[in-house]
Parts: sequence; C-alpha cells; structure tokens
Amino acid sequence: MQLITCPWCGPREETEFRYGGQADLAYPADPSALDDEQWARFLFFRDNPKGAFAERWCHDAGCRRWLRAVRDTRTYVFAETRPYGRSTV
Amino acid sequence: MTRVEGYGRIDRTRTVSFTFDGVPYTGHPGDTVASALLAHGVTTLGTSVRLGRPRGVVGSWTEDPGGLVQVEEPFPEPMLLATTLEVTDGLVARGVAGRGRLAQVADTARYDHRHVHCDVLVVGAGPAGLVAARAAARAGQDVVLVDDRPTPGGTLTGTETVDGRPATEFVDAVVAELAAAPHVTHLQATTAFGHYDDGFVLALERHGETTGRSARQRVHRIRAGRVVVAAGAIERPIVLEDNDRPGVMLASAARDLLHRHGVLVGREVVVFTVDDAAYAAALDLHGAGAAVRVVDGRAQAPAGWAARCAAAGVPVEAGTDVRGTLGTDRVRAVLVGETRREVPCDLLLVSGGWNPTAHLFSHVGGPLAFDDELVGFRPAAALPGTTVVGAANGTFALADVLREAGGADAPSAEPEVITPRRTLWRTPGDPARQFVDIARDATVADVARAVGAGMTSVEHVKRYTTIGTAHDQGKTSGVVASGITAELLGRPVGALGTTTFRPPYTPVPFAALAGRDRGDLYDPVRTTPVHHHHVAAGAVFEDVGMWKRARYYPHPGEDMATAVLRECAAVRRSVGVMDGSTLGKIDVRGPDAAVLLDHLYTNLMSTLKVGRVRYGVMCGDDGMVLDDGTVLRLAEDRFLVTTTTGNAAHVLDRMEDWLQTEWPHLRVRLTSVTEQWSILAVAGPRSRDVVGRVFADVDVSNDAFGFMTWQDTALDGVPVRLARISFSGELAFEVSVASWYAADLWVRLLEAGAEHGITPYGTETMHVLRAEKGYPIIGQDTDGTVTPQDLGMSWVVSRKKPDFVGKRSFARPLNSDPGRKHLVSLLPTDAATTLPEGSQVVAFTDRDPEQHADRGVLPPPPVPMLGHVTSSYRSAELGRPFALALVRGGRDRLGEVVGVPVGDQLVAARIGGTVLVDPEGARRDG
Amino acid sequence: MTAEPTLTARHPLESRRAALEALPGEPTITLDPLVSAVDLRVDPEPATLAALGAALGGTLPHTADAWTAIADGQALRLGPDEWLLTSAAATPHAWEDRVDALAAPHGGMAVDVSAQRVGLRLRGPGVRDLLAFTCSIDLRPAAFGRGRCAQTLLGQAAVLLVAHGDDDLAVLVRTSFAGYVVDRLVDHAGARTSRLAPV
Repeated sequence: MQLITCPWCGPREETEFRYGGQADLAYPADPSALDDEQWARFLFFRDNPKGAFAERWCHDAGCRRWLRAVRDTRTYVFAETRPYGRSTV
Repeated sequence: MTRVEGYGRIDRTRTVSFTFDGVPYTGHPGDTVASALLAHGVTTLGTSVRLGRPRGVVGSWTEDPGGLVQVEEPFPEPMLLATTLEVTDGLVARGVAGRGRLAQVADTARYDHRHVHCDVLVVGAGPAGLVAARAAARAGQDVVLVDDRPTPGGTLTGTETVDGRPATEFVDAVVAELAAAPHVTHLQATTAFGHYDDGFVLALERHGETTGRSARQRVHRIRAGRVVVAAGAIERPIVLEDNDRPGVMLASAARDLLHRHGVLVGREVVVFTVDDAAYAAALDLHGAGAAVRVVDGRAQAPAGWAARCAAAGVPVEAGTDVRGTLGTDRVRAVLVGETRREVPCDLLLVSGGWNPTAHLFSHVGGPLAFDDELVGFRPAAALPGTTVVGAANGTFALADVLREAGGADAPSAEPEVITPRRTLWRTPGDPARQFVDIARDATVADVARAVGAGMTSVEHVKRYTTIGTAHDQGKTSGVVASGITAELLGRPVGALGTTTFRPPYTPVPFAALAGRDRGDLYDPVRTTPVHHHHVAAGAVFEDVGMWKRARYYPHPGEDMATAVLRECAAVRRSVGVMDGSTLGKIDVRGPDAAVLLDHLYTNLMSTLKVGRVRYGVMCGDDGMVLDDGTVLRLAEDRFLVTTTTGNAAHVLDRMEDWLQTEWPHLRVRLTSVTEQWSILAVAGPRSRDVVGRVFADVDVSNDAFGFMTWQDTALDGVPVRLARISFSGELAFEVSVASWYAADLWVRLLEAGAEHGITPYGTETMHVLRAEKGYPIIGQDTDGTVTPQDLGMSWVVSRKKPDFVGKRSFARPLNSDPGRKHLVSLLPTDAATTLPEGSQVVAFTDRDPEQHADRGVLPPPPVPMLGHVTSSYRSAELGRPFALALVRGGRDRLGEVVGVPVGDQLVAARIGGTVLVDPEGARRDG
Repeated sequence: MTAEPTLTARHPLESRRAALEALPGEPTITLDPLVSAVDLRVDPEPATLAALGAALGGTLPHTADAWTAIADGQALRLGPDEWLLTSAAATPHAWEDRVDALAAPHGGMAVDVSAQRVGLRLRGPGVRDLLAFTCSIDLRPAAFGRGRCAQTLLGQAAVLLVAHGDDDLAVLVRTSFAGYVVDRLVDHAGARTSRLAPV
C-alpha cells in the first residue's frame, strides 16, 4: 500500500486516489485540424517508459483535486506530486 | 515423559487436555502441541506428501518443515504447525498425510484490522529488538515492538549475561521499562508477515482461543517512519542420508524446547555441526541429563568449546561427519565418517550454520549477498527507512548484537570468539535419500535432475523441484538448495543467490485478511431517505452500484413478471410514483458554466433558457456514449445536471478533470448534491391531478407548466422544485426536495394519489416503460462502443458547435460505416417469446415456412453475428414481449425478420423502430 | 384517509439511534443534530478570507485540513478553494443566500449542502482507537489534534473527520453512506468488550 502525497491533504493511502493515466496530453486546440491518424494518436497512443513517467491522479476520497505525479515505473517511487492549475495552495 | 524439572516457561501448576490422533494428552499453559507431544515421547506426527514417510518435528517454531497437524476443534484448520500451535483445553488435532482439509463451514470467529502509526517499528523482541526499542523509546519516539513468539527474549535462555546479570532478568527489565514508557506498543504473538512501500508493514496478532480478547486474530496495518528488522536467524540443517527421519532436528530447536518448554527431546544425542552455536545446545542438553556426543565437521573443534565439553564429559570428535541415520520411524543410530561407523542415539541434532531472517528487508527490495565468513546471505546495502540489526544482519556475538542495535546506550555482554564456520551443504551419500525439503519430499537427486535438465537459476530449480514452496516457504531448505545447486553447477553460491522472499512470511488465514470486510460490511449499502417506506411496502431490491433500489413491489402472490405488468399498466393508465433519489446530481455554477457544459455535452446547453430542462448526452473523446441525463438551467450562471445512478462519481471526476487540468481558466465550480436532493417521479395520465393537489398553489396546466420546464414552489414552508420530465413517455413530474423531507413527501404523494390508485413502481417497471419508448439505458443498451448516432439520436449531436468532446471522432471513417450496429426494436413474431437479454442476433433461415413461420434453423457454423439483444421485457401496453437490440445496419433493415437463438430454437423476430408506444408523443402532455 | 404528514426534517440515521444508545460504555457515538451547511467556493485570497471571516463571526481556516469556529457553526476547509460552512441558527436557504451574498463580491459562491451529509459525534477515551479499526490516516493527537479535519475513507465510505479534542471527534458522511458507516462503527465499538490497552 503506497502513500501518495496529495499536494493539499498530504500523504494518503493509494486507495484514496484514482488513476488518470499519462499527464501532459493537452486536448488539441482545434481537433478538426488534425487528420485521422493524428487524432487516433491523441486518442489511443500512450507512452510506456521504463523509468520516470508523468501521470495524473485524482484524490477521490479526499479533496477531489487532480494532481500531476512523476513516478518511476521500475520502483513505483513517486519523485514528486504537484497540484494542477487553480488548486495551487 | 521427557519433561525435565527446572526448565521451561510453562505453568506446571495447571494442566490442559487435548486430543491428538484420537488419543488424549495433557500439557501445560505455555506448551505447543509439538512440545506437549514430545513431552509424551510422541515424535512421529504424520506422513509425507509424496513418499508417505514418517514426519516429525525438525524445528521449534515457524521454520519447522515437518510437524504439520490438522485441527478439528475448536474450528477446523488445515496444516498448522505443531510447533506454533498453543495447546488449549479441548483442542482436537491429528497428524496429516501431506495435506490438510479446509473447513466446510464458515469461520464465525471474529477477525479484524487495525491501523497503527508510529515513528519506529521494531520487529523481533530478542536482544537486538529489545535494545533497539528501548533506545527509540528513550529518545521519545512512538514505538511499536512486535514479536512472533508468545514471550519476549528471542534466543536468550538465561545462561547468558547482559550487563552482568542473567539475560532473562535483563529481558524482564527492558520489557517493564517499555511497558511504563508512553507511546510504546509491545505486542507478542504478533508476526510481521509483509513489508511494503513507504514503511508499511502488516502484522498478524494471534489472540488465541482463550484470552477473551475481542478478536481471534488481528491484522495490524502499521505505517512506520522507520522499520528495524531484528528478526534473528534460522539455523540451517546439513543434508545427509535419511535426514527426514523423526529424531533429526536442528540443534537450536532442541535447545529451545528445553528452555521454553522443559522438554528434553533425546536421551542419547549426537550433535553434528560446522558452527559454534550447536555446542551450547550440546552442553545444555547434557546438563539436563542427556548423554551427548559432538561431531564437528570442521578440521578442529573450537578450543574454548572443546575445553568446556571436556570439563562436562561431552566427547567431541572433529574432522569427520555424519553420513546418514538408521531407524524405522525414529532415529536409532547415525552413521559417522567415511567408514559409516554406527553410533547409537535417539536424537541427531544438526547445525549447518545460520540464515539471517532478513525477509522483511528483502520484501522491499533490499539486496542480499553471500558472506563467506557467515556462510550465509545477509543484507548487502542500506535501504532508506529500514535497518537490520543483530542476527538478521548476520551479527551473532551477543555483545556485538547489543552494540549494533542499542547504539550509545547499549548494554554489555561478555566477548566471545566465534571460530570460522565451514561451508557444508551435505555429506557424501545417496542423493535420492538426501532430503533437501522434507515438506515436499524433494531430495538432492531432484536438484540434480533439475540441473541436468539445464536449469541454472535457483528460481527455476525451485519451481522444478518444488523446494521451498511448502508452508514454511523454504526457511530451512532454501539456502541449502542454493548451495547444492551451486555445487552441482560448479559455481560459487554467492553468484547464484537465493530465491526471492515474498510476503507473507508465515501463512495468514484468509479470514484474517478479510477482517470485518465480510457479510453485511463487505460492501457499503447506500440507501435513499425513502428506503424504509420501500421496505415496509414489501419492495424487492436490486443493487445499482452500491445503491439498494426498489425493483418492484409485489402484492401477495405476485411474481416479478406479474408485479411489473401491474405497475406498468398503472403508470400508462393512471399514475405511479418512483423514488429516483439515487440519480447523480451536480450543481454547476459560475459565469462559464454554459461554456463547460457545451463542451462536455454533445448538444447545446448555452441556449437553454432559465426555467427550462434539456436532455443531454456525454461522450468520451472517442465519440462513444458515456452518460446521459437532464440539465436544468437554474440561472444564467447555474445549472443542475443529473447523471445516471451508477455514473455519478465518474461524471463529476470527469468534469473536475476538465476544469482543473485542461481549462483552469474557466470560472465554474462543481458541487455534488446527489444526497442533498431527493427526486420522486410521478408519472402517468393522472400525475397532473396528484401533483396539482399536493401543490395547490402551482398551475400545473400544460400552458402554465410546459414539458421540459421546471418551477420552484414550497410545501409546508419547505422549498420544492417541480419539473416536467418524463422517462416513460407519459405525462410526468419530477418532484425534488431536500432529502430530509423526502420520506414525508413520498407519503403525501401516495395519499394525494390514493383516489387514482397511485402505484409505487420500481426500477424494473421504469426500465420497461422507457424501453417501450426506445430510451436507452447507458451501460445496458450501450457498452462503450456505441455512439449517439448508433442509438438513433443524431438529433442530440449539435452541428452548430465548433467543438465538443467526441465531435472529432464522429468524423472518423469507422463512425460512418454502414455496418455499424444500430439500436432497434425486435418483436418476436410469435408474440409470445421473451428473448433473453444478451442473446445473439443472426440471420433467419426458414425451416419450413408453411408450418413454422416463427421458428427457423441455425445454419452450420460459422454463423455471422448481426448483433445482440440489450433489453427485453413483456409489455402490458403492447400485450406481448419486445426487445431492444444492437443490430448491424439495423435502421436499414426495418421490417426484416432476424433469428435469435433461444435454447435449441431459432426464434424469428422482426426489426422495427425503437419507439413502440405512442410514437406521436401525444401522451407526454396528458 | 390518514392525516397528511407535515413535511418534517427527518434525521437520516433515526433508525440507528437505538443501536448507538445501546453501545456499552465509552466511547459514545451520538447523532449530531441536523444543521444548515453550504459548500463555499472562493479563491483563497487573504483579504477575501479575512472579510468573509469577519462577516461570519470568526476566521476561516487558512491551512489545509483545518477547521475554525464561526458564529453558530464551523468553517471546515475541504480544498484550496473550498470550505464547508455550517450554521445551527440559519435555515438552509437563508444560510445559502447569506453566504452566497457575502462571497459574490469576491467571485465566490455558496451551494446548499445541508442534507448532503450527516454528522456523528464520537466522545470518550479510546475514540481514536475505535476509528483506527477502519481509518488509515494518522489519528495520533500530534498529527490530528483539535482544529484539524480530514477527508478520507472510513471502510469504503468517504468521510470528513473532525477533531474537536483528544477524546472528541466527529464523522461527517454523505447520507446514503451513513447507515454503512454507523454499522461499521457499531460493529467495532460493540466488539470492544474490554478496554484494548494499548490496542
């Protein structure tokens, strides 16, 4: 049972969180400008690195804030967790 | 009897009675089944799993590979270790022939969990653990000290001295100091069985049957700032011929049984060792009255120990070894040296050195490396947050152990010289009779077969031979197997390593892992404020997510089909009322609320006027339908969104996701109000009369209160919101009130509708009524691969908005494939068969159209699948069964007959549009 | 026809009251009376918090997972821009209107959530031990002393824990989960036939 440090609530057990997949996949400014392959890449393709991976978690059972984490996929160790946007403390 | 006076920590003033293999025995509090049976001279407890050879006790605690018993009373439990099972009055056990038997009844004893937070967790209350805990307590830290044995002290027997006094006195003093310290929790009979991320350790506390504690076993979920592993070490056997015979034991086990339980396991004892520690066992057993002889496998016996043995009259023979044992179900002699000289004895004690118990270090990725001086694997690197001290770290001299664990205020002990150990995994002999893992009947020959088959990894050898896979997980056999494999491969054992240690360290009952998460507490039950009225009305409930929803309200003698037909008829012909409180509700507020909703719904919400209601569909980026519901515009900057019951949390997360991570500039706030508001749906041609009667101040006429509009009013001073929303096609109102008042409002509606025979209806009726109108249920008629267009709901997809979630995907070629499945209705042509939901839809082939127009034949496989039935009911209104189905190109096949396999028949069904009742929509306005 | 019931605020846990009263000894678990509550959302500018606090007869908590007293109620911080404000004096709608009006000039808003949650009060020695059977967060007084609050899980239900004192805690829970939460607490409290000291 890992601890994930919610930037707002502090360290909590991972069961309080919901995984949100890879981070930093911005929604395209104009999806209609993308061809089918580009759109399919946005929809379906995700990185799968061995090592540091930026990902999103939502503290569902707590403050309901999304956070951006960097986790090492080899060790599971979280290098950092940061709040998003307006949820800056 | 082999009990000796003056030894042991058992309470000899009290006697407990138990039964083993049908024979009554007695023991004392403090005894284990093993010690009590050994005290009675019982050395064979069962037979082995593959070869049926006799099996007895080899170790004295969890490391024992041999002494498995089946408990029958007080509760059946399979394969417990006699060495760890405390004797209690009335205990009934028997030996096992390799395997035990699970109970056939539920375990009703109480098991629970407890969360514990501490600065320091110390695992092991031997000398290392005690001084480590004391040091932490003195530093003012929150300390938890756990130890798996019933009493503290570890291997200290009282013959050692600490700070100049007997070690047992020292133990008592430390325990007393810890008990008096604030913030120290000291638990005996508690096994730390797993070490996980971030200082998380699971420990199983065994309260036993007789202690009167609230739970039989408790799992402590410990979160520690620092974990100190002081778990000691486990002695290792030396493999020799017929070493599985009862009467072959670890030297430490015999010493432990003497000092803990006052049991002298043998009268004529041979000690075969390559390590100094076994000499203490030899001298202690000699002192307790046994005739003892030492065979030291090293070239020379250690001088100090040899002198003490000589003084005591214990013969020592060095530079030779023990090659095998003789006997039937118990050792009667051993074979010494190359000449296999027969030496009579009734007990062979072996000591091949020690394996540090570093499992909890290894669980979290701590590396182990072979130490030539130790002749064993020990922790090889520092791990943040975890410290290993004492024998678990490969430190054996007591003075060194105390210093390593206690730091600056460590107590002192006499220095001792430890003579170098010899690496000896086995002695020469017949590999087929040299047992590496006696719990698995695995021999050196099995290891040789694995190596001969080309295996070079200890992990592969383990799985090929099953060594180390029994209840003891190779505590005594694992490293020996590595050593023998290395010898056979001609490689150093350090290069091979050990197999991976994984939790649990010792077996843990599933009942303990489940704790209180069983029965009614297994899963939360969510109920609405009207729940008790549904119960009183005899409702049958169904689970929707965690919610209990009333499914139907059977009258006496009614089955579900009859009750649902009655409820449906009531709504279509008069009026019904349903508790819709479980719908997800989200208050969406802020200047940019409409912008957010326009983006998340496929249709336009910004054009919705205050006071009006709009149905909306949400899709994923891939264009597939995720959820649907109604949207009420409460104010220019405020909407109330409803979601399906099961999707409420998901939809809210998704909206927050957009707001927090994609568009944080939007000024919108979301608030879950699912439980704030209860929704009671009043549906049917008489609903206007009922709502009008309860809310006399509201003009409920169609002109004043149009379809898809809402109005606020009050009842008894309590604010109420009315909305003209219909999920049945009938004239209908949704009545919303703060949930505190919902139960009373439910009663008021029932009373107001009594003259019209108002009928409470459940989710099953709701499903039938909506299906008759072709309204899909997200998650039943859709499965994540269905677009709004597939549902025939192109009208809900805006063509005006430049973008919304899912829009781009609608332009993908796949989405305009004419072969996509469409939602259609299916009417069985026999007007009698209810098609099972989930049935496949295939082409219909006539068998003999003249005779059986409604039945066809299934062609030989492969049979192309056209789709499947998603919803299927009997309709009171239509007087026949009907279904909804997803069918390839369905909307282009209206009127066609397809086949649906039902049992061994192919039922003919005609494809039609989805709206089967009131296609003109004349009823919604009453 | 029977007399039509006047709409009355029914406590969601009325059916559990007897089970709670039947619990042996301490800690006790009682039902908090129903109070008005709003979810306040506003950007946490210091000047805003100061103004709102002054208007509400107290101060709003400036740090995460903390609560403060305001006139007739509490201010519990739920998130960076989110507070739960309770009032035992105002009606739910009056409370929503009042806080909404106060927050509006600061770009904030209030939403009535009075009936969204229900409160349980746990008092007496061992109250933290009782919660430790099912809550995973660090409940030691040094980590969760008076003035702290935390949104976390009790079993599988999301709850808001509120520390009123060393032996005095409150559990706020969404009403649909309240029965489950009470059943869990009663299950643990009822099993504590003897004082489990230290555990």
